[in-house]
Amino acid sequence: MATAVQTVERENYLNSNYGIKSWLLTTDHKRIAMLYLVSITAMFWIGGFFAMLIRLNLLTPTGDLVTSDTYNKLFTMHGIIMVFFFLIPSVPAVIGNFCIPLMVGAKDLAFPRVNLLSWYIYLLGAITALTAMVTGGVDTGWTFYTPFSTTYSSTHVIGAAVGIFITGFSSILTGLNFIVTIHRMRAPGLTWRRLPLFCWSNYAAALIMVLGTPVIAITLLLVAFERAFNIGVFNPQLGGDPLLFQHLFWFYSHPAVYIMILPGMGVISEIVTCFSRKRVFGYEFVALASIAIAVLGFLVWAHHMFVAGISVYAALVFSLLSYFVAIPSAVKVFNWTATMYKGSIRYETPMLYAFGFIGLFTIGGLTGIFLASLGLDVHVHDTYFIVAHFHYVMVGGMVMAYMAGLHFWWPKMSGRMYPEAWAKLSALLVFVGFNTTFFPQFILGYMGAPRRYHAYPPEFQVLNVLSTAGASILAVGYVLPMIYFLWSLRYGELAPPNPWNAVGLEWMTPSPPPTHNFDETPIVTWEAYDYEHQPQEEVTVGH
Amino acid sequence: MDLQVAEHALQHHFADMEQQQETSTFGMWMFLLTEIMFFGGLFCAYLVYRSSYYEAFVEGSQKMNIWLGATNTAVLICSSLTMALGVRAAQTGKKKLMVVLLLITILFGLGFLGIKGVEYHEHWENHEFPGPNFHFQTIDKTPPVDPQHTEIYFSLYWAMTGLHALHMIIGVGLVTWIILGGLAGAYTPAYFTPVEVVGLYWHFVDLVWIYLFPLLYLISKKHGGG
Repeated sequence: MATAVQTVERENYLNSNYGIKSWLLTTDHKRIAMLYLVSITAMFWIGGFFAMLIRLNLLTPTGDLVTSDTYNKLFTMHGIIMVFFFLIPSVPAVIGNFCIPLMVGAKDLAFPRVNLLSWYIYLLGAITALTAMVTGGVDTGWTFYTPFSTTYSSTHVIGAAVGIFITGFSSILTGLNFIVTIHRMRAPGLTWRRLPLFCWSNYAAALIMVLGTPVIAITLLLVAFERAFNIGVFNPQLGGDPLLFQHLFWFYSHPAVYIMILPGMGVISEIVTCFSRKRVFGYEFVALASIAIAVLGFLVWAHHMFVAGISVYAALVFSLLSYFVAIPSAVKVFNWTATMYKGSIRYETPMLYAFGFIGLFTIGGLTGIFLASLGLDVHVHDTYFIVAHFHYVMVGGMVMAYMAGLHFWWPKMSGRMYPEAWAKLSALLVFVGFNTTFFPQFILGYMGAPRRYHAYPPEFQVLNVLSTAGASILAVGYVLPMIYFLWSLRYGELAPPNPWNAVGLEWMTPSPPPTHNFDETPIVTWEAYDYEHQPQEEVTVGH
Repeated sequence: MDLQVAEHALQHHFADMEQQQETSTFGMWMFLLTEIMFFGGLFCAYLVYRSSYYEAFVEGSQKMNIWLGATNTAVLICSSLTMALGVRAAQTGKKKLMVVLLLITILFGLGFLGIKGVEYHEHWENHEFPGPNFHFQTIDKTPPVDPQHTEIYFSLYWAMTGLHALHMIIGVGLVTWIILGGLAGAYTPAYFTPVEVVGLYWHFVDLVWIYLFPLLYLISKKHGGG
């Protein structure tokens, strides 16, 4: 099967229809995934551009590039775009949209038109937020803390808040579609215990999208109303309670970091088991750890507020519960490692990214435990330590996983192979660049450098210059895949249906898949990740 | 004929009608879960401020027209009844009965919105809309309540009932769409999923009001004096 010869003429989802209209009005989950891929890539570069300006400004202690007002806007817009318009939709809306129906053996997601609607809502939200940014920007930080955002800031808070409000619904609809699809659309024989771990982790993330997103939607709507009508729900001068805002904001925004990491963990589970040629170690534990993270994730939000004046007893409970999140996260890391133990590991690009993910996520996760402890958090709160911590999880974790997934499923999506040598180089550059950028920030933070300042004492310059240098390596690491993925669309080697000899239903259909995914509904009679029982000759056939 | 309609209604990615119907209903339940959380943020804010500014909330709720609110509650409960009967009529294939029942549901819905409009008008005239024109006449009390705190009560009142009214308007639109489909003969006992799903939505919106009415109009009434 792996060696089947492909011809370009075979009808697939890419060539079944031509023209702009056939893309903009499509209800095919694979095409919608491509629409998302293009839009979130655009947002990634806009957000990355802001990050670049931030790093350039921090080259000198006096912050010579931009004024402090502009600097405030830069980090705010970097945060808003990366969190709401790139990270949250990244793996679910692109890879999840493409793969989940294939993985469960369905012809499409449960609600194809709702799926298209979610992309248009995303687009509308993105345009609204970008308009606010182009016409003057926002300077509240992505957290919109009151009363600064409601009363004192003179920037375009309403536009940005409304943009995020709108985009929230696209995330809700995607989550809803995933949950319903995984419940109702599985192929005969594909029981919950045979479900790919990527589906499990997206299911867990979808639960958070459906239950958490509406809360931030209503909260940001109240902020917009408060600014527009001068009412006092969150403004202490009018009797409102700014802490209530923080509670409502983090009730979504903490679980939201699990929306950002869980689907990435799913990608890593798929890749580690495939490139180790071994069934994933402790399948049930990895699957249920996703659900555990989603559930615990809803109970820890106030650890963002230890210094905001919450009761010390509440802080104790939230601190303890935050430690609990480490358990399912560690279960995953240990199980991936155990999967590799005595496996026949192949060092292809997706696996290199997966290695990067495991290492960097572990650092990000462990520093999260530092921050969950009440005493230490007071010391490093609002310093670069926090910045480094969440970038290790979000960029070192989720973006690495997203890149791993893109490389892993690119042959399936495009029908073409990417150039392996360049891809390995980019994986290396990303890893080196990332660590050079963010490790110095741990040290900076521990030494007390506060985040969100556009100037700093001269003794911090060496570490800042190091960080900026790393960021430029990182940028090259991200530009490269952009170039060779585009290049491969035309010049890449044609991809066989299953270039990695992976198991899973998505590899049993041609690359790229036909519009209806499968000619016949598959019937699943085997366990998930049954790599040990795969015929030997299939294992040895490289691509 | 019925079977043909059913076959026509089966979307390409489902195996059979049963799967399609179950999937749609399940999807609506998930959506309602989202809606609960959406209103949940406001209910949470209400609970926090009610415990912080209890006196002010009592004062604010004195301004509610309890009779209009009670009438509206009755109107909505009746609309839920006609909606439930309408879904049943669709299930048993009584197309005309379904259209009539759903028309009555819409009338109840519009009646609710009309009465709500009268209430809003009264509050507007009395400067009980939060913002620069807000004005609250404190009834003689020791200690007097802070008008700013009653303004928070009214902010929440307008936000919660306004969001609910928006859902009512959407609901009326959806029921109209179902009626048009019913007139065109789109639904049969073998395929009436849209009717059922819109019915679920309508009951949910009704249920939200069942909570809003006591919270905003009733529970502070007795202890407040005033």
